[in-house]
Amino acid sequence: MQNSISFFTGFGINDLWFLGEAALKTLWISVLSISVGTLLGTFFGWVLHEGKLAATLTIAPVLDVFRSVPLIIQLVLFYNFAPIIGLNFDPFLSGVVILTFYTASLVANVARGGIEAVPQSMRRASRSLGMSYWQDLFHVVLPIGGRAVFPAWIGVVLGVMKDSALVSVLGYVELLKASQVLITRTQEPLLILAIAGAFYFALSYPISRYANKFEQRWSK
Amino acid sequence: MIQVRDLHKHFGDLHVLKGINLDVNKGEVLSVIGSSGSGKSTLLYCLNSLEQIQQGSVHVDGIDVHAKSTGVNTLRQKLGMVFQQWNSFPHLTVLENVALSPRIVKGKSKEEAIAMAEKQLKHVGLGDKFKHYPNSLSGGQQQRLAIARALAMEPEYMLFDEATSALDPEKVGEVLDTMRLLAEEGMTMICVTHEMGFAKEVSDRVAYFHNGIMEEIGPPEQLFGSPQSEHTRKFLANVR
Repeated sequence: MQNSISFFTGFGINDLWFLGEAALKTLWISVLSISVGTLLGTFFGWVLHEGKLAATLTIAPVLDVFRSVPLIIQLVLFYNFAPIIGLNFDPFLSGVVILTFYTASLVANVARGGIEAVPQSMRRASRSLGMSYWQDLFHVVLPIGGRAVFPAWIGVVLGVMKDSALVSVLGYVELLKASQVLITRTQEPLLILAIAGAFYFALSYPISRYANKFEQRWSK
Repeated sequence: MIQVRDLHKHFGDLHVLKGINLDVNKGEVLSVIGSSGSGKSTLLYCLNSLEQIQQGSVHVDGIDVHAKSTGVNTLRQKLGMVFQQWNSFPHLTVLENVALSPRIVKGKSKEEAIAMAEKQLKHVGLGDKFKHYPNSLSGGQQQRLAIARALAMEPEYMLFDEATSALDPEKVGEVLDTMRLLAEEGMTMICVTHEMGFAKEVSDRVAYFHNGIMEEIGPPEQLFGSPQSEHTRKFLANVR
């Protein structure tokens, strides 16, 4: 009888735990990038709307680059070349930085659309009541425009959450990377990818359901 | 008192107001009539600085509206404005629509703002709609909501910019009735309007605008009865 070392072991309950933890990491990296990216993107959208020439000449092209270059290329470039200018970020932080700017570039145009969705006459009406520019922006434009582009923003959120899988190329062990690790060990790609897919679904579905509820409430 | 002196307004090459001189006294109701593009709505926008002017001056109670040192947000509280489009805030209930600016602009407490909103909504006959959202109201009701919203800032003057033009014909009456009510209560009003009946019955004076010039101003009997200017005569002959 010859003793053999088993390299490949089956999928166990511990692995499910491992995937669950990785899903939390996906959630965490997404929540961070989406929230900061949304704030940043809203600000950029406002700048684009106000159309100050200098801002449009500087911000708009940069946003276009982030929107047009595939995320995976941005991640690899940033992770490998940022150290040259002294930014030694680990894979997680590199991922957050790039995903944040990527989100911001998408949200900027959504936010501009939201501001433009509020009719000029509405803004004149609020100004005629004595509201300042900022009061009009926060009490009238933000809630009305925000609702108008909420579905588009949810689209961005779900997209970025799934795109966060690409951070795995930097070696950060989020959901997709964790699945790859397990596939290598168990040689059961079908099962594990199905489970990983289910985790992604479990993260995304509640968001779109919840968003639907909001939209329904607003449309009343 | 509103004093307009030699007011000129350009939109690019377009000379919209060509030297307007006008005094509106406290308690007076002035109707402004004229064909579209005659500059009458633009005049209203210049009164509360929603439009900048190129020459001349506007004084409201002695305050130079277009002076750099004038705080327009404070000044606009004196001048309530109602637009052709009612522009109700769709995300707020009827009550919140009216209570918003007293709270955030005047800094009233929530209770005070709500009390003011309730009072003004009852005033315009929307006492039973507090919890409704604007999209469940008719055009006429939304326009009355807009009037209540302006009144909640306790303005001394009310500016109406074709307040009934966008309404279905059967809703015009209820809005005119509300405006008539305000006039009877002594509110100073400037009404840009196409409603000749209203102008005739309610106004103390009527002004006729033609191509950026105030052709004629006078009591309704005079302007409608024996118009002095040829343009006024033609206009009135066409609208009758």
